[in-house]
Amino acid sequence: MTTLLDVRNVSKRFTMGGLLSRKTVEAVQEASFSLATETPEIFTIIGESGSGKTTLARMILGLEDPSEGEILFRGKRVSRHMGRAEKLAFMANVQPVFQNPFEAFNPLKKIERYLESTARRFLKATERAEIDRAMDEALQKVGLSLKEGRGRFPHELSGGQLQRCAIARALIPNPPLLIADEPVSMVDASLRMSIVNLLKSLRDDFKVSVIYITHDLATAYYISNRLIIMQRGRIVEMGDARTVLDRPEHPYSRLLKASVLSTDDAGDGKLRTDPAMVQLAAELVGRPGRLVERADGRQVREHA
Amino acid sequence: MTENTSRDILEVEGLKAYYQMNYFGVQREVRAVDDVTMTVRRNEVYGIAGESSSGKTSFIKVLAAAIRPPLRVVEGSVRYAFRSGPIDVVRATPDEIEAVRWKSLSYIMQGSMSVLNPVRRIGRTFEDFAARPLGLSGRAFRERGIGHLERLKLPPDVLRAYPHELSGGMRQRVTIGLATVCHPEFVIADEPTTALDVVVQKEVLSLIRDIQREMGSSVVFVTHDMSVHANMADRVGIIYAGRLVEEGPTRQMFFTPRHPYTAHLVASLPRIGDTTQRPALEGRPPNLADPPAGCRFHPRCPLAVDKCRTQVPPLETVAPDHRSACWRWKDVEPLVKAGAPAGEMA
Repeated sequence: MTTLLDVRNVSKRFTMGGLLSRKTVEAVQEASFSLATETPEIFTIIGESGSGKTTLARMILGLEDPSEGEILFRGKRVSRHMGRAEKLAFMANVQPVFQNPFEAFNPLKKIERYLESTARRFLKATERAEIDRAMDEALQKVGLSLKEGRGRFPHELSGGQLQRCAIARALIPNPPLLIADEPVSMVDASLRMSIVNLLKSLRDDFKVSVIYITHDLATAYYISNRLIIMQRGRIVEMGDARTVLDRPEHPYSRLLKASVLSTDDAGDGKLRTDPAMVQLAAELVGRPGRLVERADGRQVREHA
Repeated sequence: MTENTSRDILEVEGLKAYYQMNYFGVQREVRAVDDVTMTVRRNEVYGIAGESSSGKTSFIKVLAAAIRPPLRVVEGSVRYAFRSGPIDVVRATPDEIEAVRWKSLSYIMQGSMSVLNPVRRIGRTFEDFAARPLGLSGRAFRERGIGHLERLKLPPDVLRAYPHELSGGMRQRVTIGLATVCHPEFVIADEPTTALDVVVQKEVLSLIRDIQREMGSSVVFVTHDMSVHANMADRVGIIYAGRLVEEGPTRQMFFTPRHPYTAHLVASLPRIGDTTQRPALEGRPPNLADPPAGCRFHPRCPLAVDKCRTQVPPLETVAPDHRSACWRWKDVEPLVKAGAPAGEMA
């Protein structure tokens, strides 16, 4: 059993303001988890906006250095200051998929330009045929093909198709790890499930591990193996996705689940969240605590 | 068309609004709103659902009387029956629209960060927006503003803050405050919660609902998120490719949909507790510059027959208060069952 990604006690602080009014924001505090190489999985990070989930992803991608702790990818330390060759080798292994596909693609360039430059850079491909084959293979994996994609501009594709192209681009160097930051939140509801199913098939058929960042509990339940729930930079609950979401234990996790709008009583107009629940979750934000292991394998933060 | 017209605050009849552009002498036309007829009653929340590029934003632009070229109303009327008098915003002069704007007809906008002026304090923005329609100034206006903010559970010092000092949820509550401070009779809400996370979203939604009930106004609520409609709307209208394809009471729309597109929209919602694959609708909404003939949904429709490819289905009444534009509405099966267990709620 070897570890693919090892996140060890990682914290990130940001300082804001000038000399006189300096404030520090604890974006991520003491996050630890690891992914194994042999068993590809979908590892989900859930949290509200401002909970530090994107900062954590940026650190894993090597776009941001942790203030404390370290992140190891296949035993090598991830850092913003890697050498050029080392960085390229790392980037070929860990690829991002961003939230908004309309912003990821240059609207003035045909979509294959973006895919082509990735193929040239990471596969060191120079032959036309070789580049085309790499692009076609990646597009096939996401249910498209080079034949239908070639020569199209981003505005000619729907959000769902474009997001698939973005995922295909990330797949060109055959990375073992994909970081998907809210990949479905900008995609229309009717096309959303096709992206989620695609991530699932990447794990099952192509053995790619995915770190899936979202605030949507329903899709998280549907595809993830394990998940962590973050509140204001802290991991409050971590464990098997279905165990945690079936019976969330931390007050914040419960609040999250209770806030999901249900369609079962459509038309009844029930919208009240229990104020005591909101209060309890808010009170726990600043309090120190530590993650404690439970009998069913999950870890829950217990507060002093 | 309706038995009692006085219960309706808004009547849209045969509305056609096109984007007309002229590029180097070539006339291009995008039929964003194509023959929509609907009504909104007093004191109700009417939900409009549709995918991006389905024309729902163009439709509410017309409702909000914000018709700017290249968008043009080609045909039809949008009549409001306000207490101050009836008005057809398609034909009204700018002065007439000015008289109802914000006071009777207001608008909650999507991105709170781009609505609020970043270099002005919230209190000043309130003054800019609302002092004139309310006819108040100085102290009286400030008191009214503070009273209204309290109702939105915002502390009075919010008025002295700059937008960037507030969290996303608070900013969205401020924009709701702006839109409702004059007690309008009709509020249009354009995806007011899309940028918010689940906990804040629920708070903001229940706030809009409370304010609506308290003031007795009508709200047209636009979002593509069907779970929001399930909890907010009294009636839901589905827009597909510029046309209203189905409209009915929320419960019926979710459990006995009469249009295959609605059935798919409802069924594609993943729920906690799902482990099996949900049917995903393939294809994409049609290009409105060149829409398909017949029913515009037929290329993606599992029930399509030859008739659907050539003839446009009319919006017909299929049950009391429930209209659908589908030749085969009798064959539409709901893809989710009523009251199915969706995992245990903690």
